[in-house]
Amino acid sequence: MPDPVPARLITPSPAASLEVPVAPRNPGMPLQLEWVEEVRVNRSAVERRAATLRTRRTVKQAWQAAWLLRAVTLMDLTTLSGDDTPGRVRRLCAKARVPVRRDLLDAMGAAHLPIRVGAVCVYHAFVETAVVALEGSGIPVAAVSTGFPAGLSPLAERLGEIRASVAAGAEEIDVVITRAHALTENWRALYDEVRAMREACGDAHIKTILATGELATLRTVARASLVCMMAGADFIKTSTGKEGVNATLPVGLVMARAIRDYRERTGHLVGLKPAGGIRAAREALDWLALVKDELGDRWLRPDLFRFGASSLLNDIERQLEHFVTGRYSAAHRHPVA
Amino acid sequence: MASIPEIFETMAYGPAPEGAGPARAWLDGHERRFGRFIGGGWTAMAGESFETLNPATGAPLARLRQTQPGEVDRAVRAARAAQPGWWALGGHGRARYLYALARGMQKHSRLFSVLESLDNGKPIRESRDIDIPLVARHFYHHAGWAQLMARELPGRAPVGVIGQIIPWNFPLLMLAWKIAPALAMGNTVVLKPAEFTSLTALRFAELCEEVGLPAGVVNIVTGDGRTGEAMVAHPGVDKIAFTGSTEVGRLIRAATAGTGKKLSLELGGKSPFIVFPDADLDSVVEGVVDAIWFNQGQVCCAGSRILVQEGSATRLVEKLKARMETLRVGDPLDKAVDMGAIVAPVQLEKIQELVRRGEEEGARRWQPSWSCPREGWFFPPTLFTEVAPAATIAQVEIFGPVVVLMTFRTPAEAVELANNTRYGLAASVWTENINLALDVAPQLKAGTVWINCTNLFDAASGFGGYRESGFGREGGREGLREYVRWEWDVAAAGKRRTRTGRRAAGKEAAAARQSRDGRRNGGRPASPALPPIDRTPKLYIGGKQVRPDSGYSLQVFDARGAVAGEVGQGNRKDIRNAVEAAHTALGWARVTAHQRAQVLYYLAENLAARAEEFGHRIAGSTGDAAGAGREVELGIERLYAYAAWADKYDGYVHHTPYRNVTLAMPEPIGVLGVVCPDTSPLLGFLSTVLPGVAMGNTVVAIPSAAAPFAATDLYQVLDTSDVPPGVVNIVTGLPGELAPVLAAHDDVDGLWYFGSAEGSAEVERLSAGNMKRTWVDYGRGRDWTDARQAEGEEFLEQATQVKNIWVPYGE
Repeated sequence: MPDPVPARLITPSPAASLEVPVAPRNPGMPLQLEWVEEVRVNRSAVERRAATLRTRRTVKQAWQAAWLLRAVTLMDLTTLSGDDTPGRVRRLCAKARVPVRRDLLDAMGAAHLPIRVGAVCVYHAFVETAVVALEGSGIPVAAVSTGFPAGLSPLAERLGEIRASVAAGAEEIDVVITRAHALTENWRALYDEVRAMREACGDAHIKTILATGELATLRTVARASLVCMMAGADFIKTSTGKEGVNATLPVGLVMARAIRDYRERTGHLVGLKPAGGIRAAREALDWLALVKDELGDRWLRPDLFRFGASSLLNDIERQLEHFVTGRYSAAHRHPVA
Repeated sequence: MASIPEIFETMAYGPAPEGAGPARAWLDGHERRFGRFIGGGWTAMAGESFETLNPATGAPLARLRQTQPGEVDRAVRAARAAQPGWWALGGHGRARYLYALARGMQKHSRLFSVLESLDNGKPIRESRDIDIPLVARHFYHHAGWAQLMARELPGRAPVGVIGQIIPWNFPLLMLAWKIAPALAMGNTVVLKPAEFTSLTALRFAELCEEVGLPAGVVNIVTGDGRTGEAMVAHPGVDKIAFTGSTEVGRLIRAATAGTGKKLSLELGGKSPFIVFPDADLDSVVEGVVDAIWFNQGQVCCAGSRILVQEGSATRLVEKLKARMETLRVGDPLDKAVDMGAIVAPVQLEKIQELVRRGEEEGARRWQPSWSCPREGWFFPPTLFTEVAPAATIAQVEIFGPVVVLMTFRTPAEAVELANNTRYGLAASVWTENINLALDVAPQLKAGTVWINCTNLFDAASGFGGYRESGFGREGGREGLREYVRWEWDVAAAGKRRTRTGRRAAGKEAAAARQSRDGRRNGGRPASPALPPIDRTPKLYIGGKQVRPDSGYSLQVFDARGAVAGEVGQGNRKDIRNAVEAAHTALGWARVTAHQRAQVLYYLAENLAARAEEFGHRIAGSTGDAAGAGREVELGIERLYAYAAWADKYDGYVHHTPYRNVTLAMPEPIGVLGVVCPDTSPLLGFLSTVLPGVAMGNTVVAIPSAAAPFAATDLYQVLDTSDVPPGVVNIVTGLPGELAPVLAAHDDVDGLWYFGSAEGSAEVERLSAGNMKRTWVDYGRGRDWTDARQAEGEEFLEQATQVKNIWVPYGE
C-alpha cells in the first residue's frame, strides 16, 4: 500500500521585501480619552491565545535558520549593567557588526545577506564610545536616557538627559514612562510626559518602555500602550529588563493588538520591542510568529520590531551551528559579545 | 526547497511535518487489516470489510471488518459474561485498571495522536494538545470515581452491558467519554467506533490487552450503521450511549422505546456565540477561531452562530476577515496548520451544498484569498454575513468550518435569538461585564455555557444537551448517573421475575368508563361517610377550574364497584391549553428556592387541615380506611420532603484544570408532563408532581383514572396555598389517550409516565419528535409508601438537567 503523500501547504500571503521603505514616523495625535477608556482586555482569553500561538506555529530546518538570521537583525544588542566599561561596550559593538560566525553564514548561503544587529543599546554614559565603535557599520546606537530604570528623576533632568544622548550621537532613545501615571490612570499626565520626551528626542526615534511587569493588569498595559502611541511613540517596549517580570507573550500580544488598533484607526505604524528575559532561540521564534500572525509580515523588519536582549544572540548562534553541522553546539564556540 | 536567503526575505512558514513512521509501522505490523476485539481476543479477518481512508490524501490506510449481527451478539455475550466479575472486582480494583489505561494512553500518546490525525484529518496540534491529553485525563478522573463509587454513590449499582456508538469527529476522545465512566461504575461495554475513524479504537483495544484488562470488559466492533443497529436492537444490551446526529438519535430513541434500555444521547447543535459591545473584540476573534475552526468545524458544540450587538458588527467582521487570512489549512500532520481535512467526501459535499444554499438564499459568503490544497478533502474557513434567522444556514447544523453572523439590539434579543433553535448543546458569551454574563447564562437553553471562552472540555465537567441536542451528561458527577441504577430497583427487578402478571394491564380503562356508556350507579347506596356524588370536578388549568373541551365526563367507581362520582374527560385540546398555561407560568423557575419551599409548606398546612376529608376520599376508592389515613400522613410528609429539597438540591463547582469556576447548576427542565400512578391515589400524585414543582418546573399532571378525586380535591388546596396559576395543571381523563398527546407535544420538555408497559413504550417512541426527556416505569410500579423508592434524588435528577457554566477569571 503506498504511503499517503502529505497535502501541499497553502501558499503564504506575499511577504514584504527588503526594499520596503522605512515606515514614516508616527506623528501622534491628540489624546483621545474615550478611545483609551473603551479598551477591553480579557486576561484569560489573551493568555489562551498566547499559549496556543506557540503550539500553532513552528518553523523547522531552513525556515528556522532563516528566521533566526532575521531575529539577529531585529536585535537591540544590549548592555545595561552597573559595571559596564568602555572596553565592554566596544566588545559589544564588535559583536554587533559580526553577530554570526562567517563560516556559518557561508554554509547557509547567506554570506551576502546584511546580517548585523538592529542597534546597540547602552546607558547614556557610553553613547559616544558606541558611536565611535560602530562608525561606518550603519548600526544605530540606542540610549536609555530617562533616569533608567525607575524613571523617577525630575522631568527636566530626564528631558535634559535625552537631549544629551541625542547630542552624543544616539539615534534611538529608550525612555521609561512614569508607572504612577498609568497605575492611577492619569492618562493626561502620561500623554504630556511622553509628548515632551518625543520633542526632546528631535529626529531620534523614541521607544517608550511601559515596564509592564509593574503595571498590574493587561488592560493597563493596553491603555498605556495606546496613550504612548497617541503621544508619538515610534516604538512601544515592554520592559527595562529590571522588573521582576519582563517580556511575556501575553503582554506582547496585548501590545501588538494595541499597535494594530492604532494602525487601523490612524494609519500610523508603530513598532514593538519586547525586552528582558528573552534568552532562547525558541522564544525568539515564538515572538516572530506572534508578530507575523497578529501584525503581519511588515512588522518583521527592524524599523518596526526589535528584541531587547543580550544573551539571546549566543543561543541563536548555537542553533544556527546545529542547523549547519547537525551537532549540538556550545556557547564557547561563538565569540563573546 | 526555498533557500535561506529567500526565506529570510519572505519570512514565510515552511513545512513542519510530524513523522508518521511509527503509526505507519503499526499499521504495517497488522498488514493494514484489522478484525474486531471481542472477549479479549481478535477475530479473524474474513467476510465483509471496508477501507478506512486518509482524508488529507484520499489514500487507503487499512481494511476493517464490517461486524455482522451475529458477531454483535457474541460481543454482547462476552460483555455479559464479564460484567459480574468486573463489578465484583470492587472500586479499587477497577480504579487500578482505569489508572493503567490512563498511563498507557500517556505512554503512547504520540502514536495515538498521529494515528488520529492520519485517520480523521484533524491537525496534529489538536490531537496532540487537546484530544489525547483529554483522553488520558478522562481515564484518570474516572479511575477516581471507581475508587470512590461506594462512598459517593451509595445505593447505586451498575446498569450492566452498555452498547456505545461514537462519531468520527473526536474518535478516541468520544471513546474515552463513553468507556471510562461505564467501566468505573462496574459496567462492561461493546463499543462501535465510526466507520471513518476506527483506528485509534483498535489501538486502544490493544492497550486493554497490554494492561491485562479482564476479557470481555471492553469489546470493540467495527462497522457502519448496520452494526450500530444490531447493537441497538440487541436484547442483551442494558443501555445505549450514542453520540452523533440528531437524526440517528431519533431513530435510536424510537427503536429502544419500551425496551427498558437506558439511553443517553449527545446529538447535534447550532450553538450561539454571543458578543456584547463591551467584549474584548480581539479575544472574541480568537474565540471564533476556537469555536468554528477547531477540528474544521466538525464539532457538535461548535459556535456556529455569531450573534453580535449591531453596533459592534462592522468592526468584528473586519477583524474576523483579517484573522481568517492568517489561518493556515493543509496537511493535518503539519505542526503549524490551523485546519486539516474534512473527514470524508460525503461530509465535504454536505458542507458545499449548504454553503451553496446559503448564497442562494441571499447571505453573503466570505472566504480568505488563499486557496486550499487540491488533493484530499479540504474546505476553507467561511463566514456568512447578512444572514436572517430564517435562512437554512442559520438553522441547520453544517458541521463544517462555516459560521454565520447575525446582529441583535439588546441582551433580551440576544437571548431570544440564541434560543431560537431546536438544539441546545452549548453557548458562548463574551462580555467584560460579569453581571451581564451571569444574567444571560442561565437564560440560555444549553447544557454548557462558556463565558469569554469556548470549546473547553474536561472530565470533571458534565457535557450534554438540552432540547434536541439530546439528554444525559458525559463527565463529572452528573455523567455517572448515566451508568448506574438504583439498588432498590435492581432488587425489585429480581422479585418481579418471580411474580408475573399480577398487575393487570388496562386497569385504568376498566376502572373508569365514560358516563355516556349508559352505565349507572349499581344501586348501592352511597356510604354516609363518603362525600356526596354530585361534586363533579372540572379540569384545573392555569389556576382555574375549566370545563373539559369534550363536554364528556368519566365515571369513577369506588372500591366496591359503585359509582363514586364523575370527572371531566380531558382531550388533546385540554392538554394543549394546559401546556400553554404551564408555559406562561415558567417564571416559577426564577422564584427563589426558599419561596418555592414556603409554598410547599403552605400546601402541607392546608392539606393537613383537610386530612380527614382526603382520608375519606382515599378510603372510598381503596376501601382501606386505615391505609387511607396513613396515605394522607405520608402525603404531608412528602410535601415536607420536597419543601426541604427545594433549596437543598445544590449544584457543584467542578475542579476543572483551568483558572476558572465551572458551575454545574441543576436547572428545571421546563414544562413537565406527569402521568401519575394508579396506586396510592394521593401519595402517587404528590410523589410524582412535587419533585418537578420543587425544582422550578411547571407541571401538566394526568391523575390516576381509577382514583382521580384525591387529585381533583387538591384544586382548592392549590388555590389556597399561593401556588401560582399554571404551575400545577391537572387534566383528568384517560391516560391512554392523554399521555400520547403529551409525548407528541413539541413544547413539552419532559414527560414522566407511571403506567403500563405498552403506554411506556408509546411515550418513549413519540417523545422522539422533540427528543424530550422521558422517564417511564415500563409497568413495573413502585411502592409509593416506601420513601427509599418514592422520594428523593432519583426524582430530583429526573426533574432537573445540569448546566455547566465556565467562568474564567483573572484581572
